[in-house]
Formats: sequence, C-alpha cells, structure tokens
Amino acid sequence: MTREAAILAQGLTKYFRTRGGTVCAVDGVDIAVQRGETFGLIGPDGAGKTTVTRLILGLLTRSGGRSAILGYDSMHDTYAIRERVGYISQQFALPPDLTVLENLRFFARVQGVSPAEQRRRIPELLEFAGLTQFTGRLAGRLSGGMKKKLALACSLVHEPKVVLLDEPTLGVDPVSRREFWNLLGNLRAEKGLTISVCTPYMDEAERCNQVGLIYAGRLIASDTPQAIKRLVPGRLLEFTPSQPERAAARIERMEGMLEIQTYGLMLHVFVDDVAQRQAEIVAALATEGIACEGMREIEPRMEEAFISLIQRAQRQQEDTAHPAQRPEEGP
Amino acid sequence: MTVRESLPIPESADATPIVVDNLSKRFGDFVAVDRINFAVRRGEVYGWLGPNGAGKTTTIRMLLGLLKPSEGSCRVLGYNPATQAKAMQAHVGYMSQLFTLYRDLTARENIRFYGQVYGLSRASLRQREVEILEMAGLRGRENELTANLSGGWRQRLALGCAIVHRPRVLFLDEPTAGVDPISRRRFWALIYAMAKEGVTILVTTHYMDEAELCQRVGFISQGKLLALDTPARLKETQMRGQVLEIACADAEPAIRALHSAREDGLLPLGEVALYGAEIHAIVPDAQAWQQPIRDLLEAQGTAVQSIDWIAPTLEDVFISTVTSH
Repeated sequence: MTREAAILAQGLTKYFRTRGGTVCAVDGVDIAVQRGETFGLIGPDGAGKTTVTRLILGLLTRSGGRSAILGYDSMHDTYAIRERVGYISQQFALPPDLTVLENLRFFARVQGVSPAEQRRRIPELLEFAGLTQFTGRLAGRLSGGMKKKLALACSLVHEPKVVLLDEPTLGVDPVSRREFWNLLGNLRAEKGLTISVCTPYMDEAERCNQVGLIYAGRLIASDTPQAIKRLVPGRLLEFTPSQPERAAARIERMEGMLEIQTYGLMLHVFVDDVAQRQAEIVAALATEGIACEGMREIEPRMEEAFISLIQRAQRQQEDTAHPAQRPEEGP
Repeated sequence: MTVRESLPIPESADATPIVVDNLSKRFGDFVAVDRINFAVRRGEVYGWLGPNGAGKTTTIRMLLGLLKPSEGSCRVLGYNPATQAKAMQAHVGYMSQLFTLYRDLTARENIRFYGQVYGLSRASLRQREVEILEMAGLRGRENELTANLSGGWRQRLALGCAIVHRPRVLFLDEPTAGVDPISRRRFWALIYAMAKEGVTILVTTHYMDEAELCQRVGFISQGKLLALDTPARLKETQMRGQVLEIACADAEPAIRALHSAREDGLLPLGEVALYGAEIHAIVPDAQAWQQPIRDLLEAQGTAVQSIDWIAPTLEDVFISTVTSH
C-alpha cells in the first residue's frame, strides 16, 4: 500500500511576468515529504525557496505541475489545507501589542478553535514552548528567540498535521536557535508532525531527514543530508597555507585536485586520493616557499557540499548561457 | 595600508589596537557589560560571541565612543573613545547588521557618499571607488540601484562603504545575517584579505561556522566574558560533557525513551536532540555511558546501529558554556 506523501510537488512550475518578459521562478520541482519527516529546503538567496513554499500552500497560483498537502490540492482545496496546515512566513510578525496568551487566543480564534479546545491546547503549547511564565508579557517585549517560539506555538494552535516554516530562526542567537530546533525535534518524535523548513543555516539542514537543494528555480539535489554530502566527489583536505592566494593558484594547476574552497585563512581542497595528493601538495607548495600548517582530512559538512553543488550548477548554467537569473559569483 | 588623510596613530597602540580594561556599562540597575578585559592584536580577526542581549553591541558601542563606560576603560589605536572619538573616527570602520545603505542610490553613489562623509579628497575617492567596486565584485553593476542588488552584493557594498576611508580597525556587528553560504564565504575571504594587510577586526556573528574562522573567540553572556581562546582550545577546555551520536533504526521512539530515562534519573543525560536520522546526546563520560544507553534502547526494542563519540562543534561548546553559567 502506498500512501501519498504528506507534502507533494510534481513538475511544479511558476512563471512571473516582469517588465522584461517572463521569468521562470520555479522550474519543474518534484518534492515528496513522507508523513513524520522533516524536510529542509536550502539554496542561495533568490533561488525560489519561498516561492515553492507559497505555491505548495496555495498562496500563489502555480503555472504548471501539481502540488498537494495531505492529498489536498494546493489550488483547489485551500480550505482543507488551512485547517490542517500551520505556516510561519518569513516576515511573520505577531501583534506586538497583544500578550503571549492573547496572541495564542487570537490565532486560535482565527483558526476556529472552540473555547473548550483552547482551554486544553493553549496551556499545553505554553508549556511546550517554555512560555508558561510569560503569558502576560506583550509579544513586542519578548526576546527574538521567544518571539520565534511563540510564533511556532501560534502556528500549532489548530493542531495541524503539517507545518511549513520559512526561515523561522533568522536573526536568532545560537542558543535560541538550538532550542527552537529541539522543539521541532520533539514535535517530530512525540506527534509525528510533518515539517518543511526553508533555512539559510546549513547546520539546520543537517537536522532534517531530507534536504532539497534549489538553485535558479530548479531542485538540483534532494536526499538525506548524508547522501547529499556524498554527491561531492573526492575527499576533503583542510590546511592553513602561509600564503592562501598563491597556494590556491598553485594547487589549481595540479592533477587530482577536484575543487578548492577558501575557508578564512584555510583552504579546503577536494582531492581524488588523500595520501598521494597530501604529499604532493606539501611538496609543490614547499618549492614555492609556502608552508602548510595543520593538514588533515575532514568530513565535508553540508556547507561544503552546498558550496560545491551550487558552484557546479552555476558553471553549468554559464555554459548553457541560461539567461533567467544572474547568480552570485563564488568565493 | 597607509592612512593619508588623518592624524597619525600613537606608536604604542600599533601592536594591540583594541584594549579593553575592566570595562563595565550599567543602565540603571541593569549591568549590560560587567568588568570585561581583552585585547586584540594588530591584524587579528577576533570573534565576539554571545546570545542576544549578552552585551556584545553595548561593548562595540563603547569602543566606537557612542556610549560612555560606567567603569573601566577601553582604547582603540591608543585613543580613548569616550573622549577622543572624533580623532579616532578617521581610523575606525563600522558595519552593522542593518547595513545603512541608501537604497535609492546606485552602488557607486553609495561609495561616493560615504567617502565624502569621511572627508576623502576627490582624487583619493576616485581611486577608492575603483578599488572597492573591484573588491566587492561589483564591477559592471556600479550603476545599479542598491535596492535592486541581492543580499550578498548589498552586504559587500556595505563593507566597502565601511572601509572607504581605509580604517585600521574594523567593527562588524552581525555583518552576514540573512546571507547565503556562498556569499558568506566570499565575505570572509574579504575580511581575511584586510586582516593580512594589518587591519584589526572585531566581528560578532550568530553563525558558529563563521566563529570557527576567527583566530580567537570571546564568549560573552549576561555581560560577563566567560571564555576567550582559539576555537580549537575552546573545544578542548570549555565543553562540559561529551557528545554521543546514536544511530538507530527508528529515531523517534528512541529519543522518547532517552527523554524518559533522563526524567526518571536512569541516565545522566544532558541535551538529547534529533539531528536528521540520528540522535545527539550529551553525557558526562562518553566511554562509560555508551553501553548503558545501548542496553536501555535495546531493552525498549530499538535496534541500535552505532553509538559514536563525536567531537563537539563550536556551537555545542558555546551552548554548553553559556547555559552552564
């Protein structure tokens, strides 16, 4: 028996009309998030993360393809989706002149939650979000992290089965960000909630079951974090050369060097063979009078994979001279 | 780097351009910065990390001379910011997360505007314009309205405007908020290029992967400096507990079991959290608690694939330090 995915997109496409003509913002995206999974959507600024999210929610009209949540079509079953789905948009702001408790009541009423149900759920949500002691505080006077937790609680007040979160932790400090993600983990573990998150933080992507990497409107990779990291060929060496720029230029000409990324004072070099190339790099740089410090093999993180995969996509796009978007140059 | 259009810098301050000595700031009863000491060497990239409201920005505002210390003192390039802010300004650059660019001016006009504010001569402004457009990768887009530039471009333009007068010390307050990883890497390459030329940089960030790039990092919480060292040393000395990565067939019931074991006092677990398909658990001693965790999970019917002792990230260390004080 196959159950339809909780969040589904098939060939999802969106064109925007602009003064210069038509721009393809989302280009045949396929996504299938199974029930109880946490899906992370990552990509450079302007790649289409927010547009995909809004298409799936039915807030934007798709130009082609299909999208659905819990089997309900994004465009035709909007009422059913509203009832079953929670959403935090990127610019989401809680009414600052309402208290924590009033905010929760306000969103409960908007979602048509009965007073009896409110009496049951609101204390639970306050407890879950760690806001029980702050019920009387104005939302405008909460810290950034507490605002985000309140926003999450408000998005859960109608007990949705699915939540879509668009950069929910932007600008929040690491301690609050960790707390927020631990809450998402609890929702997954305790309630089986299906979660889709757009995020600019690569460490957050590592906390998802599935990650979709979007570039210029196209999904260029979609898999588990481990599998996405394995898409980058070769093994990764990290070291601090005494002259990073000259070292990078020298290494670029050598055989077996698959990719070079700068990392502060360090270089990250993907090579085909660690033992052989490590020695060759040290020797080649020594002849130029460049010392190498702390050379070691490291596990690529999502961030290195992101940079590698996006840069590869950029090069391919430049090769085919696809005019739709103007990508950022790489580091 | 030479400073041509301003006063000379005292010789003594050249090696350690930023010196903070027992610095405190009180607002009424609230102690925002509490007797902090540190010094930043010439050409060093120094990370200033803390939760929101920890006192990071208040420290920077005192170093910029925008706030007067309640106690203690600080020196920037030998100047006392509280009394010599004006003389100091020609040597100091500042960029905040709300990078103050004029959106209705072009990239070039923004650089020009800031150059004029800093009183650059027409000739040196022309030269800086070219250098900054080149540095920020904005050549070919210099006549575009700033409003039409994407986040990464705008951020590099803001950095360019902050350094139009060739400062010797640069304060960056969350300069990369909301910018994607590729743009952030480029930005850090620029920071290090400046550091190599002897610019001293103090930077705050919420991205712990960026904090790893700093040569030294100070952790501040509730106004107090809790730890100060290289990222590698902080990981060795500041982490309370060790991190276990647990892989099992089904993470959701496993984490529920670990949460109840912690509540019932069966296992001395710190934070237990889902990381994708895996679970990270902080324990006092990784080797000692691997087996009891495995036993507990297997008794609950969860097949454990692996339990590995993994190195903490700087974020693990930061959270451990900040939450245990």
